[in-house]
Formats: sequence, structure tokens, C-alpha cells
Amino acid sequence: MAWNHLRNLNRISIHRILHHRFQPLVNARFFSDAAASLPQPQPKQPSPPSSLKDNELAKFAAISDTWWDSEGPFKPLHAMNPTRLAFIRSALCRHFKKDPYSAKPLEGLKIVDVGCGGGILSEPLARLGATVTGVDAVEKNIKIAQLHAGLDPETSTIEFCCTTAEKLVEEGRKFDAVMALEVIEHVADPAEFCKSLAALTIADGATVISTINRSMRAYATAIVAAEYILHWLPRGTHQWSSFLTPEELVLILQRAGINVEEMAGFVYNPVTGRWSLSDDISVNFIAFGTKSSNNE
Amino acid sequence: MNRVIKKTVLNVGALKIPRKYFSDEAVKVAGSTVGEVSNEHEKKQIISKIIPQHDIAIVGGGMVGMALACFLASMSMTKQLSVAIIDSNPALGGSLHNRKEDPPDPRVSTVTPASISFLQDAGAWKYVEQNRHAYFNIMQVWDYTGLGYARYSARDVNKDFLGCVAENKVLHNALLSCVKDSDFKTTIYPSRLSSLTLNSSSMSMVENTTSKEPPSAQGHGAKLQLSDGSSIYAKLVVGADGGKSHVRELAGIKTTGWNYSQNAIICTVEHTSENVCAWQRFLPTGPIALLPMGDKFSNIVWTMSPAESTNRKSITEEEFLKDVNYALDYGYGPHPTSTLSGTRDMFSWFKTDATISTNDFFEIPPKVTRLASERMVFPLSLRHANSYASKRVVLIGDAAHTVHPLAGQGVNLGFGDAFSLSRIIAEGITLGTDIGEVNLLKKYEAERKSANIMMMAILDGFQKAYSIDFGPFNLLRAAAFHGTNYISPLKRSIISYASGEQKFPIFL
Repeated sequence: MAWNHLRNLNRISIHRILHHRFQPLVNARFFSDAAASLPQPQPKQPSPPSSLKDNELAKFAAISDTWWDSEGPFKPLHAMNPTRLAFIRSALCRHFKKDPYSAKPLEGLKIVDVGCGGGILSEPLARLGATVTGVDAVEKNIKIAQLHAGLDPETSTIEFCCTTAEKLVEEGRKFDAVMALEVIEHVADPAEFCKSLAALTIADGATVISTINRSMRAYATAIVAAEYILHWLPRGTHQWSSFLTPEELVLILQRAGINVEEMAGFVYNPVTGRWSLSDDISVNFIAFGTKSSNNE
Repeated sequence: MNRVIKKTVLNVGALKIPRKYFSDEAVKVAGSTVGEVSNEHEKKQIISKIIPQHDIAIVGGGMVGMALACFLASMSMTKQLSVAIIDSNPALGGSLHNRKEDPPDPRVSTVTPASISFLQDAGAWKYVEQNRHAYFNIMQVWDYTGLGYARYSARDVNKDFLGCVAENKVLHNALLSCVKDSDFKTTIYPSRLSSLTLNSSSMSMVENTTSKEPPSAQGHGAKLQLSDGSSIYAKLVVGADGGKSHVRELAGIKTTGWNYSQNAIICTVEHTSENVCAWQRFLPTGPIALLPMGDKFSNIVWTMSPAESTNRKSITEEEFLKDVNYALDYGYGPHPTSTLSGTRDMFSWFKTDATISTNDFFEIPPKVTRLASERMVFPLSLRHANSYASKRVVLIGDAAHTVHPLAGQGVNLGFGDAFSLSRIIAEGITLGTDIGEVNLLKKYEAERKSANIMMMAILDGFQKAYSIDFGPFNLLRAAAFHGTNYISPLKRSIISYASGEQKFPIFL
């Protein structure tokens, strides 16, 4: 349907935006009860299941289907995912000298997905062989991600934590590659955020950031079309002023000790409904950088 | 309880309530009492021991199903997948005896150059060449009105051959040998699919976490229950089980189409000398095709009304052979006039190549001297699945589409499907996608559906055009046919399209 395609045109970080959308869908009060009373859904907990927890888990599970329902509100993100992965896969293989013809080229790499949402990026990375840690500041998303990833033995090894990049830095965690896709436009202080990302990356490791350009075209599609005309997102979801231009991103990454080596854009073809990688960075773009080995 | 599950879960869409229902049942089947830790644990252990997990389950190990296995085996990205093939045909497990001395089987297929190149790339074609097969580079098509004929030659498109005719069992065995020779992990389940459940919903996870078992103990993906009582899990179920596909039915995919009021008789016949050309003559009741098979054998595919077909099946051999020769030669109407007479002048300036070669003359097909196999009759129909993919299920080959045999395209469309699906699966694995994900499967559907529908429409058009016997229309039809023979670019286009080299029949 045409409107569906137009909705895809906004190319916003849907998973971050739509968690705001979830609140109207689900009784917030209900979920705050759930968060308090639920034990972590680890299989080894010996506490016997009560009917209330079953109920809550069940409703929780109902929401997770929507997140992972590729025809649902997250459809644009699902559509864009293979394109992002193509870029990440080729950039990581090249940097870490991995065999791109292998079915699990990222074997042996420790990757953190900052702002993982429902785990849409984390799962494919795990299937490609990486050891993945997914973090998100929203507890709901972590639960959703855990539930879904647990279904496939290949992805059930992903470690999901409800935390922030800064807290991980405090814990002293280090990763071979740090992913922060569609996150930085929602962060209060992008420069500090980049410093945290850099601190999480080992020396000569990789950092990948994707976001939306602060261009007129992005204003027209992401703000005006998506929020005001088509009402795909609640108004005020994105602040155009908090978008970063590629030059700004490169600069703040450089100040954090990360050297941007590759950049690409995502373009959407409304006729075929497919995303593809291109040199056009005027709306959505992704940057691949490496941490210089002398900086610590 | 099992039967209840089978019946309730056919719609695997967004309905949560049935899913919860059956996943309750699925778990209850595993352990009769829910909540007792040790019992549950034991039962789950047993389940995880006896239910094997595969990446792909190909239901139907025929030519197209095995072609998919073969293509997957030949690509580095997919050859580590574990594949289950569900087919009760004993030929799959047994030894592959296929000697040249075997009498020719009447079931043959014409393989187009495009399909040949797919099979060559996968390393299966060399096995076909070791057995009876026949390349042909000329094809003559005419009808009973005597108003025109067309001779297509591989030289028109600068190729060596228009296609190759091989018995289905030769093709099948070649694909089997190819898969067996590679180190591709295939497990053959000599049984039939009885039901399909998709228990990958989070609802079943709820049961799991409350029973304190690691989720990986339960299978991932679709659960296939087989007729011999065993079950397997697979991330992707491929329906390659033919026109009456059970997988398609279980997945709830509807079809569109109609039955042709025609049956086809097929048999193998022998000549006194080798037949090197493919012949097709459109008769009032349907086309008769004579396809070379090699070793002086040819295959006959004769389409006619159901009454005639039952009649022709039961008459004696001599009478049948007489009928065949009559149909191919002087029966129902005159021979079309050769190029040397008047009709050519009108079109001669279209032809870029002005030389008259002997190949352009109308030829009478070789006489059929002996019937070399039994006569088989099949009803013909046109069927197309409304969608090729749903969650964790995808259809290829006849399960997705059946066509009229008049242009020998049926199995070639199937090979095209298998090739396309194998590439899409490889792409999915490259990007870490779950291969049962609908988005990925829809990419395959988008790629193949348009091509298949176009071919089906054209074939159906031919079938309908040739089923009308009305003077002025016959002339019109003959003129159009004449045009295709003499307008070189159009002729080349038609040959390329029928060979599978070109995606669309018009000049694109």
C-alpha cells in the first residue's frame, strides 16, 4: 500500500521512537507492576510460577510479537536491517581480516549493541558468529529481546542488560566492536556519548554509528512527513536540531579517539520497497570508525 | 490431542489465541503433568533426544526438491546447512542404478538452456550426460490448418542447442548423485508429512520459562509430524511436493486456476533412424509433440479430450501408432506450404538473413514404428498458488504453479524457483537472517512470481488460442504464427524467452 511505503520513507530509528508508542498501547501502570514483581527470566530460578506472573509474562509476550512482527509498526526497521548488516559485515570482515565467504565470519568477536531495543540487530550478529551483548535503557525492550532471542539456539547466547553505555564503561567492559545504531540522535550529549563508546572499544577495535543527517531533506521526510503529515510518529519524537551532520559526527568521534574510515547512506526505493546502500548520506547514514591504538 | 492440534493450527498468521492453545497442547504432549520439575525435565530430555532439528526440511524429493538440495550443496554459504528430505519414494534411499539399457521411461522433461546452466553450475549436469539424453537444435511447430509453420533453430540465437530432453528418472538420479557426492548433510525421511505446527511464538516460551527448562531443549522453528509417527523440527519448510501439495494445504495457501478439459497421453516410441528435431503440431483437440530422447527413441505428449484419451489408451498398439502417424503427418489437415511458394514474398524483406537454407523447409516428422513403453494419461490443469511464502513455509515447483505441457516449461519454472530460493537463502545466511523469516521468503516470491505468472499467461493464451477452430480466426492465428517465423527479431526473442535466457518475452 502506498501509505505504508510513505511511512517507510521516514527512516527514523523506529525502535527507539516506538517505545514511546507502546505506552498508549499498554497500560503503563500494569507494566510498572510487572517490572517490580518479575524475577529475571532465567531458567535456573527456583521460585515457583504464580498465576499472576504467568499472566504478566503472557501479556509481555503478546507485545513482543508486535515488536518482532515484520508487518507491524517496526516494519521499516526490519526492512532496513539487512542493508545495515551488509555494511557492518563487510566493514568488520575487512577490519578484523575475517573471511567474508564464511557463514560465521564474526566468530570470536565480542560486540556490544548499544540501544538494542528488541534485539533486531543483535540476533543477526549472533548468527554470524559474534558474541553479542545487547544493552538498552528500557527494561521492557530487554525483556522482549530476551524472550525472542531465546527461541533460537543460535541467538539464545546473547547477553541482554538493561543498562547504559556509561554504566558499562564504569564496569570496565571492553568490546572488539561497538554498535550504536539510531541512538545518538536521542542522546543529550553526543560528544560524551561518543567518548563512552570509545571507552568501550578496545584499542584498534571498531565503532559503528548510524543516525540521521541534519539536512533539509531529512527535515522534510523525518519530521514533516513522518510526524506532521502522516502521523507515523508522535510529534516531537525527533528534534531536527539534535540530528548530526556527517562532518560533525566525524569530528566528535575524532575528539573521542575514533577515526572514521567508511561512511555510507541508506536509500529507500518506494517502488520495490527495498533499502539499499548508497553514497547518498543526505538522510540516513552509517559511519564505521576504528579506535586508534595509541589512545586509551 | 495431537489430532486436535493438527486441525486447529493451520492459520499461522497473527492469531494469538490458537497459538496459545496449541502451544499449551504441545507442551502437554511432552509431559503429561505440567509443573512437576523432574517429570517435565525427563520428558523434555527425551523429546530433545528423539526430535531432530534441521535447518531446512524439503518436503518432496522429486526433481525440483532435489534440485534445491543440489543448489544448496554447491554454494559455500549454504553447504553447512542440515537438510531433511521428506519423501516416501524408495528410490531416494536405495542404490542409484540407471543403466543405458533400461527401457525408456515415458515421463520425460525438456530442459531449457537456462536450467542446464543452473545444473551445470551445481555439478549435476555431468550425471545426466552419462545417461540417455538428447540435445536438439531445431524445433518445428505447425498446425492442422496448413496455413503456416515455424522452424526455430538454435543458430537463430547463436547457440548450440535449443534444449535437451531427458527422462525424469535420469534427471532425478543425476541430482541425487550430485547431492550424495558432495559432503552436504541430507537426511532422508522415507515417510509422508502429516501435519505442520509452527511453535515459534513467544507463547510457548512462557510455558518454557515456567517449567525451568533451557529454551533450547525444545525445537526451534516449525515442527513437522510425519506419517510414521516421528517428528522433526526445521527452521524452514520447503514445499516441493507437486501439484497437490500437502504443505501448501497445511500452510493455508489458496490457489487460483482451472482444469483444462484436456488430458495428456504420454508414451515413448521408436523410429527407424535417429530423430534430431522437436516437433509440435496443434490439432483441433490439442497439440501433439514428438520430442527426441536419444537412441532412436522419441517421447510423445499428446493432448486431447478426456474421452479420446481413455479411448486411445485402451486401443491396440498398431492402432495407436497409426493414430500417431496420422496426427503427425497427413491427418486433420494439409501440410503447410514450404518456403519456396508465394507466402514467403510478403515477409521476405523482414528477414535479415536472405539465404534459404535447407533447414527452413517444412519437414514431415519421422515415422513412428514401435511403441516402446506403456501409455500414461494425465489430466491437465492450470494452478497458481496465491502466495509462495508464509511464515517458515515456502513453495517451489509444481506446488506453486502447474502449467500446460505445450511448451515444455513446467519443470524449468521449477528449476528456476529452486535456483532463486537457494540464492535467497544464501543471501539470508550472509546477513545472519533467520531463514524462516517471511521478509526473506517474500523476496523470493517477488522474484519468481512475476516471471512465473507471465509464462503461465502466455502458455494459457496459446492453449486457448489453439482450442478455437473458426475459419477467420484460424487465418489470423496462422498469420501471427507466420510473422513470428519470419520477423527475425521476434523469432529470436521467442527462442530466447523459451530457453530461459530472457526474462520477458518482449524486447526488454
